[in-house]
Amino acid sequence: MRLMVRNLDVFYGAIHALRRVTLHVDAGEIVALVGANGAGKTTMLATISGILRPRQGSVRLGERELTHLAPEAVVAAGLSHVPEGRRVFRPLSVEDNLRLGAYRRRAQRQAIAEDLERIYAMFPILRERRRQPAGTLSGGEQQMLAMGRALMARPRVLLLDEPSMGLAPLVVQEILNHIQNLRQKAGLTVLVVEQNARAALAIADRGYVLENGRIVLHGTAEELLNNHDVQRAYLGREREEACTGSGR
Amino acid sequence: MAPLIQYLMGGLTLGSTYGLTALGFTLIWSATGIVNFAQGEFVMLGGMLAVAGVAVGLSQLWAILLAVAGTTVVGAMVERTMIRPLGRRPVLDVVIVTLGVAMVVRGLVMLFLGKETHVLEPFSGHVPLRVFGAAIMAQGVWVLATAAAVVGGLKVFFSATLEGKAMQACAHDPVAASLVGISVPRMTLLSFALSALLGAVGGVLITPITMTSYDVGILLGLKGFAACVLGGLGSPLGAMAGGILLGVVESLTAGYLSSAYKDAVALVVLLAVLFFRPTGLFGPRDVTRV
Repeated sequence: MRLMVRNLDVFYGAIHALRRVTLHVDAGEIVALVGANGAGKTTMLATISGILRPRQGSVRLGERELTHLAPEAVVAAGLSHVPEGRRVFRPLSVEDNLRLGAYRRRAQRQAIAEDLERIYAMFPILRERRRQPAGTLSGGEQQMLAMGRALMARPRVLLLDEPSMGLAPLVVQEILNHIQNLRQKAGLTVLVVEQNARAALAIADRGYVLENGRIVLHGTAEELLNNHDVQRAYLGREREEACTGSGR
Repeated sequence: MAPLIQYLMGGLTLGSTYGLTALGFTLIWSATGIVNFAQGEFVMLGGMLAVAGVAVGLSQLWAILLAVAGTTVVGAMVERTMIRPLGRRPVLDVVIVTLGVAMVVRGLVMLFLGKETHVLEPFSGHVPLRVFGAAIMAQGVWVLATAAAVVGGLKVFFSATLEGKAMQACAHDPVAASLVGISVPRMTLLSFALSALLGAVGGVLITPITMTSYDVGILLGLKGFAACVLGGLGSPLGAMAGGILLGVVESLTAGYLSSAYKDAVALVVLLAVLFFRPTGLFGPRDVTRV
């Protein structure tokens, strides 16, 4: 399903956090939204999922207008948001967290049992730890749980906020592989926000660069990876390396 | 020996109703982080409505059922009309509003049901039971059995039902809860209705023992709150244990020291807990991964 965001203006009190932002994610696409801390990436996702209200602009999912829906209605419409910092329900068990992910369709017992199996097959460590309180999991495991919890709602579109934050490189790789698999196998549409631009662009089809609440650049992932400004600002590549490398 | 058992049983009975009040506090606090100072008024309302029902000629059973149902509806209405409009105001603002709600409920009851003190007939007559030479009121057994059933029921609700877990999820992280599709306003409404129901049950049970009037909610609310803090906010078992402990200490104080100090016990306990062990006896240690 296509996610379309048009001319979004969002304020945090007096701060103009997003300025006429327009972007879209086509069905089955992985799109990365990169930018520095405080650029407005998290605000963007929070507005799409209904946590924040935009002053102007619209968010559409397929034909459905999401702009003024409450977060629980957005979930029901087919869009799930894995928030920054995972925000798992720490006192509850891993399995309870996953079951709450399917809260909107709690009557479908059979389907939920099947989905639970699917999540456990995807993240075997969660099955091992299913009776443990979620707060006792490692950061990577919590990220898997947060993703599993979101998937239990059977979303068509998934928003991921900093999935690699605070994780070891190997774990980051694992999480990214899962995101790619989800797109391939389930046809999931993904919008991923990352400070780790290189990691996000490595799996994305397209990307947008957000600076001070504005989209300053967009293009295919390859174009962005090869763009000198992006390299300097977000990929941390040394200037000489960029010059002597495969640069244009 | 007989007096001691007498005091203990009295304390147990009284303590169970404090426990029921404390459970109401815990429930709302668990779901929303709000301390609802109108909880004592729900207890009063349960008793007063039952009395009013009997006065207009209903059978005792119907009067009690309607009183509990009516109080539950009042609880839901309080949430809808006075708590929800506050939106995302700071919790302290909401807590102060609950103080106002308490005054309004108290005032309305005084206006419509009067200032007199009332009593309900004990559920199974006036003949006391004899236990080890002590006379135990049969009503006390009703109180204890109901309190045990309510604690058991809540335990099952929170640990074995999705709705109960959704309520805990709301308490832990309302934003994350809404992101999985839980409606936080609906959960808040549910917690107020349930708390009012628990309060009303306590009020109906205790009216045959301690009598009731429009202003008993103040003291009951205070004692329920003290019990809740003693047991640890957020723990249903702790709330009941705190209530019973408070009731027993109060009863022993009244029996061996002087009944003049009876009501001071709750305050002393409240202060002592806040000074020395703010998480309460059974409070959850919040373990955070850093």
